[in-house]
Amino acid sequence: MTETLTPLRAGAGLDWRRVFFWGGICALTIVAVSLIGLPVGMDKRTLIEPVLSLGYLFLLWVPLVLGYVATKVVVLEGVESRKPGSVDLLAGLVTGLMGASGLILLMLGLDNFNLRDPLVNWSPQLLRLLTFEQGLGFGIPVWLAAFGALGVCGAALHQLPSRTRRILTWAVFGVLTVAILEAVIDDLAEGFRLEWLTDAIYYKRGGEEGLTVKSALILAVVLGALPMVVGGRAKGAIDRYREKAPETQSRRSVLLLGSVAAVCIALPMFLGGIVNELLANVGLFLLLALGLNIVVGLAGLLDLGYVAFFAVGGYTTSVLTSSNSPFFAPEWHFGIALLFVVVMAVLAGLLIGAPVIRMRGDYLAIVTLGFGEIVRLLFLSDWLKPYFNGSQGITKVNPVDLGPWKVQGSDPRSVFYLVLCFCALAVYVSWRLQASRLGRAWMATREDEQVAEVMGINTVNAKLMAFVVGATMAAFSGAVLAAKVGSVFPKSFEILVSIIILVVVIVGGMGNIAGVFVGSLVLIGILGGPRQPGLLQEFQSYKLLIYGALLVFMMLKRPEGLVPSARRTRELHQEEYLQDAWLGDDEPDEDGEMQS
Amino acid sequence: MSLLEIRGLQVTFGGLDALSNLDFQVNDGEIVSVIGPNGAGKTTFFNAISGMVPPTAGEILFDGESVLGLDPHQITEMGIARTFQNVRLFPNMTVVENLMVSQHCRTSQLMVGALFQTKAFKQEEREIRERAEEILAFFGTRLTGYRLDQPAFALSYANRRRLEIARAMATQPRLLLLDEPVAGMNPMETAELTGLIGRLRDEWGFTIVFIEHDMKVVRDVSDRVVVLDHGIPIAEGSYESVSTNPDVIEAYLGRPLETRKERA
Repeated sequence: MTETLTPLRAGAGLDWRRVFFWGGICALTIVAVSLIGLPVGMDKRTLIEPVLSLGYLFLLWVPLVLGYVATKVVVLEGVESRKPGSVDLLAGLVTGLMGASGLILLMLGLDNFNLRDPLVNWSPQLLRLLTFEQGLGFGIPVWLAAFGALGVCGAALHQLPSRTRRILTWAVFGVLTVAILEAVIDDLAEGFRLEWLTDAIYYKRGGEEGLTVKSALILAVVLGALPMVVGGRAKGAIDRYREKAPETQSRRSVLLLGSVAAVCIALPMFLGGIVNELLANVGLFLLLALGLNIVVGLAGLLDLGYVAFFAVGGYTTSVLTSSNSPFFAPEWHFGIALLFVVVMAVLAGLLIGAPVIRMRGDYLAIVTLGFGEIVRLLFLSDWLKPYFNGSQGITKVNPVDLGPWKVQGSDPRSVFYLVLCFCALAVYVSWRLQASRLGRAWMATREDEQVAEVMGINTVNAKLMAFVVGATMAAFSGAVLAAKVGSVFPKSFEILVSIIILVVVIVGGMGNIAGVFVGSLVLIGILGGPRQPGLLQEFQSYKLLIYGALLVFMMLKRPEGLVPSARRTRELHQEEYLQDAWLGDDEPDEDGEMQS
Repeated sequence: MSLLEIRGLQVTFGGLDALSNLDFQVNDGEIVSVIGPNGAGKTTFFNAISGMVPPTAGEILFDGESVLGLDPHQITEMGIARTFQNVRLFPNMTVVENLMVSQHCRTSQLMVGALFQTKAFKQEEREIRERAEEILAFFGTRLTGYRLDQPAFALSYANRRRLEIARAMATQPRLLLLDEPVAGMNPMETAELTGLIGRLRDEWGFTIVFIEHDMKVVRDVSDRVVVLDHGIPIAEGSYESVSTNPDVIEAYLGRPLETRKERA
């Protein structure tokens, strides 16, 4: 070929349709965010006093991120892609302005019509917030300028050298994180006697008031410098670890596990009540998620009624240890009750498992969903009221008496340690079972049930075992919950619990213990459980929305979860795996090759 | 003494007789091939033996015991293993795991062993892994070495077929049912696998029944050939006698034109 390709002009070949598409998305997102009530609801929470509140942050991230997305260059290996140029900045500007126009339309609408009836958040407060209480004539140009600028910034991010980009990202995200996590950082600082530090950074005037402008700037500089110091090294360490032989890797894993355990044991000593309470909740849900991980992740049984076992554990403990149980109140010790919890969990696992086990996939999910509700309704029913007290529940559950220590809700640290023991047990069980005869049978059943059966596996038994093991873990979690709260109510065992545990497992990484850890830490710790507040208490009323959005995002962008198991990554990215295997194969083995 | 004896087997789907009034027997140490045009009921025949399809009528005796009404895993435990025409491995499990999991019915460790890592548990794990490697070595170097820990989906088509056979061998059967073992393979691979089928009997002592369309393979390894057409056995005997049988030729090729006219 003598013909040469004309060199690509900078900025040429920009797909304007794409830009307009993302501009439209930008406008819609902003209107949606406003009408959900995020800006008004979050305005009281100041991040940087007095310039930025969480409410405004929810509007400002949109043009920045979408400006970035709209001008993204698709990189194909071996094909020269277009070079980003000044046209891209224009595209970013357009995206931002389109977003702003969405907002302006909304403001005009707010000013002229009253749609408060269907749209609860169509309020004068929203208009005041959007116009900065200065009228439309001020608000409109400000938003146009701000969104346009942010769109340009988003687009410009592609053209910065990666180093600068990293510094900027660290600085911005770092400052925002420090501002948002004020409560925890306060709590931590108290434990480590570093109050002077938090007093210095935060604008303290009773309650959470955010950073001061000065400290925000200083923090930005410090955090921006951080990647220069440590950034490369952490990545290098991980790469070196990956290259190591499997034996050293497993030895390192043991070391890592040991240090995680040490941190888990030591850290709560330094933490105040709020964070310990959070950790105890994370532990409870981690225990549940570990159990569900066996049922869904290993055996592939989509169980949407998992909360039933949680309830069984809670109620068994309460009946056996409470002085207030209406029918039978032996007031036994928690340890003895625990034996019965195991028995009841196994029975419940078999009872619910046996009829549904021959169903597959969607059918199983629906039927278990029903069973989950049935169990809750039974505890709530008038029929069983003489035994379980109906909607009043069972109160006065005795705290766990462990000689010198008492585990009860008023001392979240002790609850955390108790739940930590159970979690350690659950992790050990999951880990050992994975690499055993039973674990392999579960995997085979998940892959192809019919073939597993023909290969000599009693799939009904294998699946029942998965149900029983999962049920036991959930029941333990329920037992700890009963001791922690000191009471149980049917209300605590709603269908939502099942769903949230499933989301934890999926977002964390199905089939992987570390993934379940990260999932429960991120979701339950930061966002909060179905009834438990998380780190970000401000998001309380938007929690389910965020859960849903996160789930959709993960399914689209990273279906294998945050910390995926190697097996699942392979499964979901077969093509890439095959390509790698093919590229890495130094002795391409032709089948039926040669003359033998 | 016949290892597998089938009397009057009938399998009906709706109103259609996939198999009707089928008598069949295999002696210990025999290699029998089942041939017939597409839709003749060959795979249904295998499905009925392995318990995946319940027969409408008839009797299946394995080693003198009836297998009717048993679950597939119980039949496998009695000593009947099969492969599938459209390869059905556990694609996301590794090669060696595919073989380890198929030894399920020959092993006994329960949860307790795994949780406490008992000696018996470790011993058993080691044994089934060794047996898996031993079986894979039967196929040369194709499924050994680094391949052991590759997921099954990463294997080439021919290797997947080999792994199917290896997986059936791992259940330690007495009777091996191979459903079109060489389908889709090139002539070289076919020739190699034909040799392996013979060795499966001579070295491993399996009795083999296999379905095949490749007449060269049928000729080379089978002691006896059974021909099915529309669910009915139409001929049985040595390859030579069957291949010249006019009924068989008619089933495969249709009636010559002139005879059709005659009948009309």
